[in-house]
Amino acid sequence: MTNVDYKIIVGLEIHVQLATRTKMFCGCELIFAAEPNSRVCPVCLGLPGALPVMNKQAVEFAILTATALNCKIAEFTKWDRKSYYYPDLPKNYQISQYDLPIGSNGFIEIPLPDGKVKKIRIRRVHLEEDAGKNLHTAENYSQVDLNRAGTPLLEIVTEPDINGDEEVKLLAVELQRIVRFLGVSEADMQKGHMRFEPNVNLHIKKDSTEYKTPITEIKNLNSFKALEKSAAFEVQRQLDEFLESGRVMQSGNKKTFGWDDIREVTVLQREKEEAHDYRYFPDPDLVPVVVGEKWLNIIKAKLCELPLTMQNRFVIAYGLSDYDAGVLTTDRATAEYFDSAVKVDGDAKRICNLITQTGLKIANEKNCKVSELGISPQRLAELAKIVGAGQVSATAAVTIFEKMTQDDSLPSQIAEKLNLLQKSDEGELEKIVDEVIAINPQAVEDARSGDKKSKKAHGFLMGQVMQKTKGTANPQVVAKILNSKLNKGI
Amino acid sequence: MNKDILKLTCRELRDLITKGEVKSSDAVLAVFAQIEKRDAKIGAFLSTFKDNALKKAKEIDEKISKGKPVGALAGVPIAVKDNMCTTFGTTTCASKILENFRSPYNATVIEKLLAADAVIIGKTNLDEFAMGSSTENSGLKKTVNPWDPSRVPGGSSGGSAAAVAAKMCFAALGSDTGGSIRQPASFCGIAGLKPTYGRVSRYGLVAYGSSLDQIGPLAKNTADCALLLNVIAGHDEKDSTSVDEKTAPLCDWLEKVDKPVTGLKIAVVPELFKGADSEVVNTVKGAIEVYKKLGAEIIEIKMPHSEYAIAAYYLIATAEASSNLARYDGVHYGYRTQNSADYVEVYTKSRNEALGAEVKRRIMLGTYALSSGYYDAYYLKALKVRNLIRNDFTAAFERADCIIMPTSPTTAFKIGEKTANPLQMYLSDVYTIAVNLAGVPAISIPCGLDKNKLPIGLQIIAPAFEEKKLLQIARMFEKAT
Repeated sequence: MTNVDYKIIVGLEIHVQLATRTKMFCGCELIFAAEPNSRVCPVCLGLPGALPVMNKQAVEFAILTATALNCKIAEFTKWDRKSYYYPDLPKNYQISQYDLPIGSNGFIEIPLPDGKVKKIRIRRVHLEEDAGKNLHTAENYSQVDLNRAGTPLLEIVTEPDINGDEEVKLLAVELQRIVRFLGVSEADMQKGHMRFEPNVNLHIKKDSTEYKTPITEIKNLNSFKALEKSAAFEVQRQLDEFLESGRVMQSGNKKTFGWDDIREVTVLQREKEEAHDYRYFPDPDLVPVVVGEKWLNIIKAKLCELPLTMQNRFVIAYGLSDYDAGVLTTDRATAEYFDSAVKVDGDAKRICNLITQTGLKIANEKNCKVSELGISPQRLAELAKIVGAGQVSATAAVTIFEKMTQDDSLPSQIAEKLNLLQKSDEGELEKIVDEVIAINPQAVEDARSGDKKSKKAHGFLMGQVMQKTKGTANPQVVAKILNSKLNKGI
Repeated sequence: MNKDILKLTCRELRDLITKGEVKSSDAVLAVFAQIEKRDAKIGAFLSTFKDNALKKAKEIDEKISKGKPVGALAGVPIAVKDNMCTTFGTTTCASKILENFRSPYNATVIEKLLAADAVIIGKTNLDEFAMGSSTENSGLKKTVNPWDPSRVPGGSSGGSAAAVAAKMCFAALGSDTGGSIRQPASFCGIAGLKPTYGRVSRYGLVAYGSSLDQIGPLAKNTADCALLLNVIAGHDEKDSTSVDEKTAPLCDWLEKVDKPVTGLKIAVVPELFKGADSEVVNTVKGAIEVYKKLGAEIIEIKMPHSEYAIAAYYLIATAEASSNLARYDGVHYGYRTQNSADYVEVYTKSRNEALGAEVKRRIMLGTYALSSGYYDAYYLKALKVRNLIRNDFTAAFERADCIIMPTSPTTAFKIGEKTANPLQMYLSDVYTIAVNLAGVPAISIPCGLDKNKLPIGLQIIAPAFEEKKLLQIARMFEKAT
């Protein structure tokens, strides 16, 4: 077999739906899954005479995101019309930004599985309005739902710096985390808030010559899974195609593919890049946007610590594992909640465990954030503290956590009320240990034997003590007493 | 009595109605009697609202009899060009593609007219989508000049101009993209004002050339233009290009209109007179003499880039139009073809069947101008020319209060005279177009008749947002003649 070495080259276009209250150029509220054509007005319907008015909030969200992506922010930007005919596009042009995007020349840092961080350059970030949806439910006609028409979309385009299907997914995940941190998008994949279009090709080294395969664009992916799998599929398909036909990139042989989610294959949509002429020109109905220093500063003041920075801080300053820090920084509210609990006077590791092992589960059941469970960071820190001090067991802590969501008392008071405080009094526990030893001679013998049975017998004796104390004995103290008794050989 | 009512100006009628001396319902009845008498021949209206107009008039009469406050156009019958959206009747733009279109909302100017207690009596004919200079491009109706039915009323607001001239309403709204208020006003012997771009909201005006379109009044005289401007001007948050009132404060133009401008300096551009009919030139020169007698100083200036105005206009306006009219596709509303094999045919056939030849011509011109590879040579270059033209005006207004020239090189031409040669038709806008490119306000007022007893229009152009001065200057002429 020929010796083939190849490098995967991916550039990604991402559309992010912004979480503004209203649409990009009219006052219609953005509501998911409303009755078709019920969230529309003359402007988003493109009726004769209607005029767009820019949503300032959307522009601020765009600038905030572009800033977080280290972009250069345009001081002067404008709106352009992109012309094409499609039934879901009521004006038959889309208001977008052509040559002066709001942000350009930035980068995003993504955490790789090996713990390293990779920088992917961002080519541009611009705002535009979404189209409606064509519904093909009937046999001989289609319907158009324009509820989505005019929804603000942020288009983010990376440079082709992504070198694999896993990297492309990691980038998407990191971007989701960033826009959620910034509060500019719910980034809910189920609701189509993030849509991806990767451009994929391979740089193949064969017999010491480098070949570039034709670029393919995969359209309209709306899950991380589809993004990763379709990119992986394309890599293999292009490699096979190259080995079979030797086809290489030429101008105009870019192909457009769709993704078949069920068969998990890419499907050819357009062979040649159609000579699309969108006839961009500045929209005369809108005025240019001048981003002055004052406005920019107000927007930049809303910038928060970004997730990756925070994640790294949790690892370095709080000694968390990268995994735990990653879980905590999935969303900003949880991350900040954790951070403030630790800052109270906290045991970071224990607080982390309480959140990740108990809090997230309860929050998930209640469909809210951990920070919204009714437990202040102070009380959470307090709970971690009494666990650390051995006053309650880890198991009891789960029960107390649950109770704390309904009860405003201090965790120690709740523990007391529920009789979950651990017995650590050595004198008292010694008496119980003595009793257990007295009535279980066989187990005691086995425990002392030092062979295979020893460990099991030891556990049995521990269990007996815990049972007698109804689980309230501090296991560390019990173990200490038990060990010393068994070792004495009495 | 009816005849006497029809002779009144808006201001006079409004005053009489407000004082209870004339009933709005009588004015409405008089207007409809006139429409019934004359419009079969003239064809100014695409639709009329007699019942609703009478109902509204009676409401206003009742308000007045009860001593309740009424608006600035209380009870005055007004017509509007049929490219402004109304929730009542249809909004057709004189196009088959919108022949049955009903708007779910009112244009801002319509809301303002209604709030001022005007009585909207009907909607007037125009060149389809306001593209034309004679109203011959209407896809729905033929309109003739009330002065001579063998001649055009001008365009594109030909229906509005004819309706005012034939006393079928007291004033009308028109829209002006390249002269579409001033030229028909000139042809029909009435006053027509194109305000500064941004002065009047375009919300609900069906767009032709968005960066040029501006709504304005057509009326019997300058004072009535001032009265209507009072009602329709102002910032509108629904129109991002409407100017804020801090930059361009509003004014009671009617109250100021009779005050003459002292130390008036008028600029004329001798070169521009070369292309006009001699009778037009002589009459306009006569009007300038009137100003001289009133104490004005006349200075001669050059506008070096005006010769490129028509070329620039027909690139910019058509480029915008090609995009603005893309929405009439048979999919969402308006005319749809009866036989289409797929959605692409819904587009192509609907548009082909329902749009007129001139509209198609301009869509094609504009599409071409915006196409990849041609954009820089056409559209971008036209924008540069536009800037140079703007600079010409700025320079002129550093030396003079206004510029005076003919509104049109000719008086009303014969129906069919120019339809075979679109370019010839485009050239009839030579004096009006540069004003739209510069965005400045201008007015056309009658200044005499030619040998065929056809009216000649005097065009006065003022700096941006100087409507007060513009109206005052025009009023000085009206009062002196």
